[in-house]
Amino acid sequence: MTNKQTVINTGKTRKRVIYAVQYLFLGIISIVSIFPFAWMIIGSTNKSMDITLGKMTFGDQFFINLKNLLEAGDLLTCLKNSAILSIFITCLSMLVCSLAGYGFVVYQSKKKEFFFSLILLSMMIPTSSLVIPMFKMFNGMQLLNTKIGVVLPALSTAFLIFFFRQNTKNFPFETIQSARIDGLGEFGIFFKIYMPMMKSTYAAAAIITFMSSWNNYMWPLISLQTKDQRTLPLLISSLGTAYTPDYGMIMVGIIITTIPSALIFFLMQKNFVNSMMGSVK
Amino acid sequence: MNRKTSKSWFRLASNGWAFVLPSIVLFLWLVLWPMISAFLMSLQKGKGTVTEFAGLDNYIRLFHDPVFISSTINTITYFIIQVPIMLILALIISSILNNPRLRFRGFFRTAIFVPCVTSLVAYSLLFKSMFAPDGIINQVLMAMHIISEPIPWLLETFWAKVVIIFAITWRWTGYNMIFYLSSMQNIDKGVYEAAEIDGAGAWHKFWYITVPLLKPVILLTAIQSTTGTLQLFDEVVNITSGGPANSTMTISQYIYNLSFKYAPDFGYASTVSYAIFIMVAVLSLIQMKVSGDRNDK
Repeated sequence: MTNKQTVINTGKTRKRVIYAVQYLFLGIISIVSIFPFAWMIIGSTNKSMDITLGKMTFGDQFFINLKNLLEAGDLLTCLKNSAILSIFITCLSMLVCSLAGYGFVVYQSKKKEFFFSLILLSMMIPTSSLVIPMFKMFNGMQLLNTKIGVVLPALSTAFLIFFFRQNTKNFPFETIQSARIDGLGEFGIFFKIYMPMMKSTYAAAAIITFMSSWNNYMWPLISLQTKDQRTLPLLISSLGTAYTPDYGMIMVGIIITTIPSALIFFLMQKNFVNSMMGSVK
Repeated sequence: MNRKTSKSWFRLASNGWAFVLPSIVLFLWLVLWPMISAFLMSLQKGKGTVTEFAGLDNYIRLFHDPVFISSTINTITYFIIQVPIMLILALIISSILNNPRLRFRGFFRTAIFVPCVTSLVAYSLLFKSMFAPDGIINQVLMAMHIISEPIPWLLETFWAKVVIIFAITWRWTGYNMIFYLSSMQNIDKGVYEAAEIDGAGAWHKFWYITVPLLKPVILLTAIQSTTGTLQLFDEVVNITSGGPANSTMTISQYIYNLSFKYAPDFGYASTVSYAIFIMVAVLSLIQMKVSGDRNDK
């Protein structure tokens, strides 16, 4: 073997080793990422006792766990509450925030820019700083323990306004001009032209908003006090922090909580990644 | 609608205020006003509804309150250790996945992102059950001979923190990876090819091309993770409930306990709220300054 060939060969083996290390690394991370899901599914078929002892084989307790969950936690009421809240929050906040994002770009003015910067700065305000004054205020307005009281604070989020504003910047202004000449009103342009053209942006925003409202925890925990108003995260959290948690039924609860956001994510994965790219650019 | 209102409505629509007004009203009502009233409340003293003006007493109390100090240290510990680990991990993963010659990219990407579909409460309880004293994690580690006897994960102050940090990293690494991957795909391939011709290795390309070009996205994810970690609540409440002996308690959880678990002390709780707000604001501003980007595009 000549010298040159040796160099090429070691270069090849070196590349192979690098690839092997990369695959190993990604493989380990993927296993760690997926393992808790397998744990959740297997756990839902086992007794609580076996779960805390780390049993990794399927059992036959799934329907017993499901029955326990239905009896202990009023699962169906919580499911209904979570669904109503998330659907209302998603639809309304997309409307409110896309109107704002569009308005801040299309009708730019000094005063509006000022308000936009204020709203953007509010991204830095932690939820936990707002809950106490909001609790007192909503208490006075009889909004505690109501669905409106949970929907209202979630309607206008800085992130979503920012997201729509960034995406609106790529919207062709000539379209708006020509629609005006055609005699369409300002809101007509928004509803009849902008909204249909920005479908993928709305899809991504819907995923983000639905997931965050479906999983919303702190404010519902504080404001929803009676059992008939509880959402799914509140239910499984109260089961999980019990003195001796029944993990079998908790696992079933976790699966039911995870299914909707997983479904939405996998159905809309393409849109989501594309729009994320749009907003990051 | 009479003529006058229809005319002013037309004006509001044509200058765009009608579009932005709902958001501005909601912002003034549900963000700005609560911040102001929290400040006014933080000057009050007393439990329940019986309160009196206390000036800055609450702010002085902060510095003598061992629970506040320890929960601040805990929160900052999570932030300092967890955020860099997660962001660096996400950067490494996404730069490996950005190689078009790599096989199974789609599988790896989905697998690493999938933790993001779980709700915070749900995954917290999953982790709580996995890290039980005789639980699966201890059994796997013992089977692999990494440890010789079970670690009391959630019962020891050090290990409880490790579990919290591990859990957050599990949940959010894939989320940050998606941001990096999408902006890496916007980088012109020619830049890398030119660097290769100049003899740059993988590490050089990563450090001198990828990282600088990704700076705005890294800033965005850094700010998001900072605010997220500093207001950590769901995970600690559901994995450890702040224990053992308050060793994992965060500031957000302390605020919750002060107002809704112990006898409600809204005045002092508002003071703690201001402390966390100032921390988040200062850290975000520092990050913006450091990266020299005003986020104004």
